[in-house]
Amino acid sequence: MSKDKRLLSEKDIDNILKNLSDKIISQHSSESKKNPLVLIGIHRRGVPLGKRLKNIIEKKTDKKLLSGTLDITLYRDDLDTIGHTPVVKNTDIPFDLTNKNIVLVDDVLFTGRTVRAALNELTDFGRPKRIQLSVLIDRGHRELPISADYIGKAIKTERNEIVMVRLKEIDGIDEVVITEK
Amino acid sequence: MKSEKQIARLPTSPDAGRRNGGQAWKHKHLLGLEDLSALEINHILDTAESFKEISTRNIKKVPTLRGKVVVNMFVEPSTRTKMSFSLAAKRLSADVVDFSPSTSSLSKGETLKDTARNIEAMGIDIVIIRHTSPGAPHMLSRIIDASVINAGDGAHEHPTQGLLDIFTMREQKGKIKGLKVAVVGDILHSRVARSNIWGLTKLGAEVIAVGPPTLIPLQLRDLGIKISYNLDEVIPEVDVINILRIQLERQRSKFFPTVREYARLFGINSERLKKAKKDVMIMHPGPINRGVEITPEIADGNQSVILRQVTNGLSVRMAVLYLVSAVSQKGE
Repeated sequence: MSKDKRLLSEKDIDNILKNLSDKIISQHSSESKKNPLVLIGIHRRGVPLGKRLKNIIEKKTDKKLLSGTLDITLYRDDLDTIGHTPVVKNTDIPFDLTNKNIVLVDDVLFTGRTVRAALNELTDFGRPKRIQLSVLIDRGHRELPISADYIGKAIKTERNEIVMVRLKEIDGIDEVVITEK
Repeated sequence: MKSEKQIARLPTSPDAGRRNGGQAWKHKHLLGLEDLSALEINHILDTAESFKEISTRNIKKVPTLRGKVVVNMFVEPSTRTKMSFSLAAKRLSADVVDFSPSTSSLSKGETLKDTARNIEAMGIDIVIIRHTSPGAPHMLSRIIDASVINAGDGAHEHPTQGLLDIFTMREQKGKIKGLKVAVVGDILHSRVARSNIWGLTKLGAEVIAVGPPTLIPLQLRDLGIKISYNLDEVIPEVDVINILRIQLERQRSKFFPTVREYARLFGINSERLKKAKKDVMIMHPGPINRGVEITPEIADGNQSVILRQVTNGLSVRMAVLYLVSAVSQKGE
């Protein structure tokens, strides 16, 4: 028994991404060449979201952005307990992160554990100047002291609800849906 | 949490199969490629593909197997396989213990079973074993709780070598299905050949076994393998030539008259390769006998991927260690 509630449509997601990119641009407008902005998408749905943000920001600022993808599987804290090995996807950061201004991109901020793993992994690629976090949805229920710098939409959820972000690149449709377990 | 999200999204996602790959892998041990399905072999290769990137990082280490203990139990000598496994385990942050037979209690007459049980009593998670007897890893997997990875058992299987060979073929040729692969040399005594044959045929490649009649078991035909005793007839049609080492220590001229004659009939040299496809790929699991099964100019030439195989071996072994590790947790 599950009841789906549609939270965001394709148009909503478009608007939110434009909004997020404006906020990112304004915060990074005074950056020097020494500390360029880098967008890193977290697998899976942070990757297409990161690409979309990159496109919007590049169009608005007329500047090329460095970007990469991050798979946090090997840094997870629950490999001993989930009883199977999750699929390891490609991490692609073909440049040194030292002195870069990084914005991590993910779809949903929930417990904060994914972000914890991502932070640990990123520091293995150098010593960034700063790391920020951008998410489409902040649904609360943090288990670690982590917060996002750019939030598309903050919503109240029950712990057992599931927030599903579907994106064209992966799911064939753009929408956000809440389901009860 | 990611895992919750994953399960929740399964039914609606078009690539649910790939995401479900984690659960598709359910083996606690890796004993041979004969036991695996095409799906499982591809899952290892895909995982290895993702692990390649780690070796290009400044810090070539991930915390995945932190706190796990891996034992290298090589009862038969080895350089590259043992080093490759050690390095792979270390890049995953496992602790690695080496066990060498000459300085161990095996030389005092202790059985493999007792040795393994004693090692296990110290609390280990994964045993990597190479043994002269076929089936030794299988026996071990039945008596201890740790994961067992076969690093070569007699003339039976050498699954990680088979996997890294197939991985290298896929990397260089883009696919395995429809590939024509000649495995040349001493098929009879070769565990590398057997693992190649199992893996390649499952993935849809065509394998041709080439060598002197005394070194090719006819039963291979039952597995759908073509057999040829004439290398020059086979060379023009194949995409890959995987050359086996003539195991001088195992047979000493019982199976062919002289090493010189073997080199003349089955050695890979530039003269012979003139008739091959332009992009033919030359492989060898090492160690090579230069001038016997392969000439130096071919081993070091453009078509040779011998060192690429060694590099890929690391990613493949990291993938295998990662995959068996999580299953060993709940398998008890």
